[in-house]
Amino acid sequence: MLGKLSWAAIPLDQPIPLFTAALVGVVIVGVLAWVTLKGWLPYLWREWITSVDHKLIGIMYILLAMVMLLRGFADAIMMRSQQALAFRSEGYLPPEHYDQIFSAHGTLMIFFVAMPFVIGLMNFVMPLQLGVRDVAFPTLNSVSFWLTATGALLVNISLVVGEFARTGWLPYPPLSEIAYSPGVGVDYYLWSLQISGVGTLLTGVNFVTTVLKIRAPGMTLMRMPMFCWTTLASNLLIVAAFPILTATLAMLLLDRYVGFHFFTNEAGGNVMMFMNLIWAWGHPEVYILILPAFGIFSEVISTFSRKPLFGYRSMVMATMAICVLSFTVWLHHFFTMGAGADVNAIFGIASMIIAVPTGVKVFNWLFTMYGGRVVYSQPILWSIAFMVTFVIGGMTGVLLAVPPVDFVLHNSLFLVAHFHNVIIGGVLFGAFAGYTYWFPKAFGFRLHEGLGKASFWCWIVGFYVAFMPLYVVGLMGMTRRMQHYDVPEWRPWLLIAAGGAAIILVGIILQIAQLAISIRRRKELRDETGDPWNGRSLEWATPSPPPSFNFAVLPSVEGDEAYWGMKQRARQQAMPGEEPPYADIEMPRNSPTGFICAFFATFMGFALIWHIWWIVVLAAVGAFATFVVFAWRDEVEYVIPADVVARIDRANRTARGETFALSGTPS
Amino acid sequence: MSHAEQDEDSHYVDTAPGDESLDGYEAAEEIRTYLIGLGLATLLTLVSFFITRTALVWEPSIPVALAVLAIAQMGVHLVFFLHITTGPDNVNNVLALAFGVLIVLLVIVGSLWIMAHMNHNMMPIDQIMQMQS
Repeated sequence: MLGKLSWAAIPLDQPIPLFTAALVGVVIVGVLAWVTLKGWLPYLWREWITSVDHKLIGIMYILLAMVMLLRGFADAIMMRSQQALAFRSEGYLPPEHYDQIFSAHGTLMIFFVAMPFVIGLMNFVMPLQLGVRDVAFPTLNSVSFWLTATGALLVNISLVVGEFARTGWLPYPPLSEIAYSPGVGVDYYLWSLQISGVGTLLTGVNFVTTVLKIRAPGMTLMRMPMFCWTTLASNLLIVAAFPILTATLAMLLLDRYVGFHFFTNEAGGNVMMFMNLIWAWGHPEVYILILPAFGIFSEVISTFSRKPLFGYRSMVMATMAICVLSFTVWLHHFFTMGAGADVNAIFGIASMIIAVPTGVKVFNWLFTMYGGRVVYSQPILWSIAFMVTFVIGGMTGVLLAVPPVDFVLHNSLFLVAHFHNVIIGGVLFGAFAGYTYWFPKAFGFRLHEGLGKASFWCWIVGFYVAFMPLYVVGLMGMTRRMQHYDVPEWRPWLLIAAGGAAIILVGIILQIAQLAISIRRRKELRDETGDPWNGRSLEWATPSPPPSFNFAVLPSVEGDEAYWGMKQRARQQAMPGEEPPYADIEMPRNSPTGFICAFFATFMGFALIWHIWWIVVLAAVGAFATFVVFAWRDEVEYVIPADVVARIDRANRTARGETFALSGTPS
Repeated sequence: MSHAEQDEDSHYVDTAPGDESLDGYEAAEEIRTYLIGLGLATLLTLVSFFITRTALVWEPSIPVALAVLAIAQMGVHLVFFLHITTGPDNVNNVLALAFGVLIVLLVIVGSLWIMAHMNHNMMPIDQIMQMQS
C-alpha cells in the first residue's frame, strides 16, 4: 500500500534533523495559522499563488531562493564547525549525516538558491526592460515557478522522511547506483531535480521566445539593455543544456528503478559516460548562472557611474561568445579520469580561451567606471566586490585549467575554494546587487542603506576569511568532503574558515534586519517617481511598483538607453512629453494551473521516491487533467479600461514631472 | 548586424502569441502543408522499414541508407511542421536551428572523442595484457 514508506523512515535517532524539522514545522504552521486568522488566504490565492504576472512570479522566485539560502547556509555552518572540531576526533556529525549535509548544501545552493534567484530577477526585470506587458507564455511561467518550488519542497521533505543523497551534489555512479546506495536519498535527489528541471526548461523556452519575439516598438536587438542580452544567452544555454541533465538523470533512474546498466560497473555499463554527460550540462550551467549576473553588473555599474556602458557591442559579442564556448570546455571537470594528453590539452586550452571574453567584460566595466561620477550605493558596492573577487576566482580557475596543475589539485579544497570564489563572488554578489538595485522598483521603497552596507562588509570580509584558508589547506593536500582529519597543520586554517562563516552569518542576520526595518520605515524610504537611481533603461519609466500592465502605452524606443533618451527630452522641456492616448489593455487572466500541476507533481515525486505506485498513477492523471482543463479554457484575458490606465499613469506623470521641473539640467 | 536591421521593420503587435486568426484560404493552405508533410514523413518511415528487410540494395549500404532517410525525415519535419523557411521573417528560427545543430554536434562529437580516448586509456588490465601479448 505505501511502498517502501514506513515509520522507520523517520530518523528518530538523529536529534539534529528532527529538531530542525520540528522548528520549521512550528514556523510553517504558525505562518499558516496567522495568514488564515487574518483572512489573507483568499488574497494570497487570488493575487499571488494563481498569478501569471511576471513581476509577482519573479518576486516569489526570489523569496524561494532566499528561504533556501538560509537552509543551504545552515548546512554550510554545520560543515565548517564539524571540520573545525573534528581534528583527531569524530566531531559532532556522524559520517552518514555529514555526507548528506554536503550533498544537500551543494544541491540546494545551485538548484534552489542560485537558479531561482537569477530566474526571479530575469522574470521581474526582462519584460520591463524590453518595454512589454508580460513574458511570451504567462501561465507557463507560473507552472515553471511552482515546479521549481516542488523540487525544493521534496529536498526539504527528505530531512524528516527518509534521507537525502550522500553522493555529493552530482551523484557519481557507481556510488549512486542501487547496489551502493540502496536508500531513498539518491531518489530524492533525482526526482526533485527532474521535476524542477522541467520548470527550468520551460522558463528557458519562455524567455528565449520573449526576448526574440516580444519587444517594444523600436527595441531592436542592438538597442536592448545588456541584462536582456545576458538573459537571452543564459536561456539559450538552458534550452540547450537542461535536456542533457534530464536525459542523464533519467538514465540513472532507469538503472536504479528497472535494472538497466547505463552507468553500472558490470553488464556493459560505462561509469565514465555519466561524468561526461553530467558535465556537458554542468559546465554550461555555471554560465547559465553567471551570465545574468554579468548583466546585472553591467546595468548597475553604468547607472551608478552615470555613464553609458563602455563597449556595448564588445559586451554583446563577449556574451554570445561565452554562450557558444561554454559548450567546449566540459572535460576540464574530469581531467584526471584518464582521457590522455591530447584531449586534456585541447580542453585545457579551450578553458583558458573562455576566460578571454570574461576578461573583456571586466575591462569594459572598469572603463565604464573610469571618468564616471561613481555613487557608492549598495548595488555598486556588490559590483565592485564582485570585480575584485571574481578576478581572483577566475585566476585560480585558469590555474586549474592547466591539466598538470589539476592533477595535483583536483578534488582538494583548493577546488572548493575556487568554485565558491566564483559562485559567491559572481552569482551571489550579482543576485544581491540586483536585489538591492531593483527592490525599490518591485515594492515602491528603498532598502535601508546603512544596514545594507554593514551587511555587505560582513559578507565580503566573511567570504575572504572563510575561503582564502581553503586555498591554503587545499595546497597542503586536504581533500574535499572530509568528515575528520588528523593533520595538525590544517587545523588553524579550518578554525579561521569557521570564523569566516560566522562573519557571513552576521551579514545574513543584518540582511534580514535590513528587510524588516525597511518595511517598517517604508514611508521615509518611499520611491515616488519610479526612478530612484536616475536609471537608464525602460524599467525605470514605470511607477514603483509597476501596475499589472507595466506600461500605460507601449514605449516607442528611439535609440540606445531608451529611458535615458526620454528623460533627456523631458528635462529639456522641464516636463514629461505629451500625454499619450490611453486605450483599454487586455491582460492574461490569473490561472491556478501552475499551482495545481505542482500539487500533483509533489505527490507524484514523493510516491515515485517511495515506490507507491497507485499515487503515482493518480497524480499523473491529475496533472494531465489539469493540462486538459487549461487547454480547453474559454476566457483567457481580461480588460483594464482606459480610464483606469489613465488614472494610474497620470499620478505617476505628476510625480515625475515635478522632478523634471526641479532638475532642468541632466545630473 | 543583419538580423538586427531586419528586426527593425517587424513591429511588435500587442496580442498574445499565436493569436493571429487565419482566413479560410490561409487555413486551407496550412492544412495542405501539414498533409504533404505527413505524407512525406510516412513515406520515409515506410521506406526505412522496407529497406532493412529487402534484398534490393547491397547489404552493407543499409546503415548508410537509414542515416540518409533519417536526415531526410528531419528535413521534412523542419520544413512542413516547424515551418523553417529562408524568408526574412524566419531569421530567428534559422539562427536558433543553427545554434541547436552546433551544440548537438559539439556534445556528440566531443563525447565520442572523449569516450574513445577514455576507453582506450582506461581499459581493464586483462584487456591491456591481451593487447600487449
